[in-house]
Amino acid sequence: MSLLHPGTVGHFHGGLKLERHKRESCDRPIGTCPLADELTLPLQQHIGEPAEPLVRVGDQVRKGQMIARASDYVSAPVHAPTSGTVTRIEALMVPHPSGLSAPCIVIEPDGEDRWIDELPVVNDYRSLDPSALRNRIREAGIVGLGGAGFPSYIKLNPGRAGQIDTLILNAAECEPWITCDDRLIRERAGRIVAGAEIMIHALQARQCVIGIEDEMHEAIAALRQAVEGTGIEVIPVPTRYPAGGEKQLIQVLTGLEVPVNGLPLDIGITCHNVGTAAAIADAVHEGRPLISRIVTVTGQVGEPRNLDTLIGTPVRTLIEHCGGYAGTPGRLIMGGPMMGFTLRNDTVPVIKTTNCLLVMDPPARHETPMPCIRCGECATVCPARLLPQQLYWYAHAKNFDRIQDYDLFECIECGCCAHVCPSHIPLVQYYRYAKTEIWNMEREKERADLARERHEFRLERLEREKREREERMRKKKEALSKSNKGKDDPKKAAIEAALKRVREKQARAAQGSDKENDA
Amino acid sequence: MSGVFIQESSPHLMPGNSVERMMRHVLYALVPGYLVCVVIFGWGVIINAVIATVTALGCEALMLYWRKRPVGRFLSDHSAVVTALLLAICLPPLAPWWLTVLATGFAIVVAKHLYGGLGYNPFNPAMIGYVVAIISFPREMTLWVMPLAEQPLSLLQSLQYQLGGSLPAGLSIDAITAATPLDAIKQALGRSLTIHELGGQRVFGLFGGNGWEWISLAFLAGGVWLLITRTIRWQIPVAMLGGMALMALLFQFIDADQYPSPLFHLFTGGTMLGAFFIATDPVTASTTPRGRIIYGAGIGIITWIIRTWGGYPDGVAFSVLLMNMAVPTIDYYTRPRVYGEKGRGE
Repeated sequence: MSLLHPGTVGHFHGGLKLERHKRESCDRPIGTCPLADELTLPLQQHIGEPAEPLVRVGDQVRKGQMIARASDYVSAPVHAPTSGTVTRIEALMVPHPSGLSAPCIVIEPDGEDRWIDELPVVNDYRSLDPSALRNRIREAGIVGLGGAGFPSYIKLNPGRAGQIDTLILNAAECEPWITCDDRLIRERAGRIVAGAEIMIHALQARQCVIGIEDEMHEAIAALRQAVEGTGIEVIPVPTRYPAGGEKQLIQVLTGLEVPVNGLPLDIGITCHNVGTAAAIADAVHEGRPLISRIVTVTGQVGEPRNLDTLIGTPVRTLIEHCGGYAGTPGRLIMGGPMMGFTLRNDTVPVIKTTNCLLVMDPPARHETPMPCIRCGECATVCPARLLPQQLYWYAHAKNFDRIQDYDLFECIECGCCAHVCPSHIPLVQYYRYAKTEIWNMEREKERADLARERHEFRLERLEREKREREERMRKKKEALSKSNKGKDDPKKAAIEAALKRVREKQARAAQGSDKENDA
Repeated sequence: MSGVFIQESSPHLMPGNSVERMMRHVLYALVPGYLVCVVIFGWGVIINAVIATVTALGCEALMLYWRKRPVGRFLSDHSAVVTALLLAICLPPLAPWWLTVLATGFAIVVAKHLYGGLGYNPFNPAMIGYVVAIISFPREMTLWVMPLAEQPLSLLQSLQYQLGGSLPAGLSIDAITAATPLDAIKQALGRSLTIHELGGQRVFGLFGGNGWEWISLAFLAGGVWLLITRTIRWQIPVAMLGGMALMALLFQFIDADQYPSPLFHLFTGGTMLGAFFIATDPVTASTTPRGRIIYGAGIGIITWIIRTWGGYPDGVAFSVLLMNMAVPTIDYYTRPRVYGEKGRGE
């Protein structure tokens, strides 16, 4: 089975040609972010269940030590990014769109940066069973570094034999401003290819391709050099947002579509970010868990650039190291300008999924949106080929059944529709609201179902107990009446016999008097 | 700076388009058509446009005020002016002032605001206004000025007639008006004349209706500009013109003496205006790509049917309204195939 059309790439529906703003941060080499006074490590930096702490306040930890373990199948452990003391374990503000607090472990570095004594290096991963290899990757706390943060070891499960045909590495960094993957490729392409080879082994994949935007010229050259002799293919794809969306990249590279409600696995594909590949190489070849990542710091800062940053470093430390705020900073965005979310302040930490910190102007005059004029521009640019104007209509009307008929959950929240809307309606916000409401309703329904089941079970139990009680009573009575019958019989017979005698006596007496009268 | 930053939902880039900008583009694109109309029919065209615009803005402001909407914000979206100018260009160039006021007022007050205002009206307001006028005042609505008259009315004379109903001494209304080409054909065919016999009656120009072909070309030019600036999409105009041309071609092939050519149909009456400016009104048109083709083709075909067999000389307004009615159904059955979904059409 060959998925790729040699020499050609496909296209995806819609999308936008955006101003890229890559030069700002991409022309400088990756720097190193200085050690902060305090590292804050949220227990949940990934999709799934939060990790469980393995340390207590006051514990001394070493660099690379696991300080919280995966609590479930879909979960990931957290490691100490440097040596120091655990000073707090409590709910703190975390970088999340909700702006809420969540449990974190806070480490005060001792400045010595002492590693744990023995790093779990895998000397020859090819001799290792794929499942053991996956376990190593799991223990290293590696999650998707492209932004979603799904535990990587799960996506390295090949399923049944031969199910995975193609491993796709996503190097299409399609959002404007972000350059962490671009810089990583230029400087450490070898690590990415080393990681790709490990992943191919874990997945038992037949082939591996790296999809990269065709305007990332230097990165393409670096990758092409690094893959020489490995059989891995580098395929430039047209630069068009959101070319780096998993579904869009798969469509462009293979011409296949991930089925609705399905996974790439269903069509023999698995997709990982290039940063994840490099982290996997570090974990396997050096035994180094995921304790740092590359973060783009750009926009309205003195000196935009990429920084190799320890997880848990406060955002402020990165901004300060890049020359501080410049111009008129009004918005601090984690992620890109299309899908990132705003931070309330710069004290929150960098986490495993933080690819970019973007400082932007305050938004232009905030007007109330105009009504939808049904121009359909949103549908023209929607990469999922949805009808955003209909989704908006049903979200607005809180018609949550109908909105699901229009495939709300196929929306990837790329923001193309809102960007082209002439009425400036915050469409994505409406879709998120509708999704949240539907999830809440489903949870509510599940809870209600459970409560009803419990209630019905209780009623049934009461009913059964009542029946059993009655049954017991009946049996008791029956037994009682039976024994009574046996005892009463002679008495009754005696009484009846006595009565009989009395009646006979009376009869005889009557006969006697009749005779007397006749005489 | 560690202060509190502004919170907002993604995406964070400023949108480049706006309703105001789209409407402004439509107004720019109307300019060539209007200019040619003035050259061919005289000052009345401008007078109509001014009366309609003033009426539309007045009604819009009043309705917004009553409906407790931000008056300034909605007035500056230019949608009322677009409705006014689209309606005014459909009215006879010497229409009495009250007819223009009535049609425009009905369009804005009833067809637009009573249905919920911008974005919520199911029917094209300009076409509702036009239909109300032609049904209520058929005589006034069919008095068309003779194209390229040898002695056109001056601005003052036009004003006197439209506002006061008085013509200059020695001039009768019959001397300055003439049936439109579509009207002339309808009447002639009713008298069992053939298209060929009509040749000498100044009905046909070089390729379309006499005089009307230049107006149509000007609207076509404006429409192409709208396509280039992506203010409108190609599906509706192409489908409408295609649908109409196909019908005309088919019947011309059957009997060229009874049915005018496709070229005549495309370049006379309201065809070009309808295809690029009226049928493309986003609020009342279909929104799916396939739906737009069906919607446009339906308008083209129904317009041709009304022109050929109906009771009115032109049928753009009626067919637009008829297809407006069909939009919810069309949209429902032409939903695009979602990414990753099998079995629904492209």
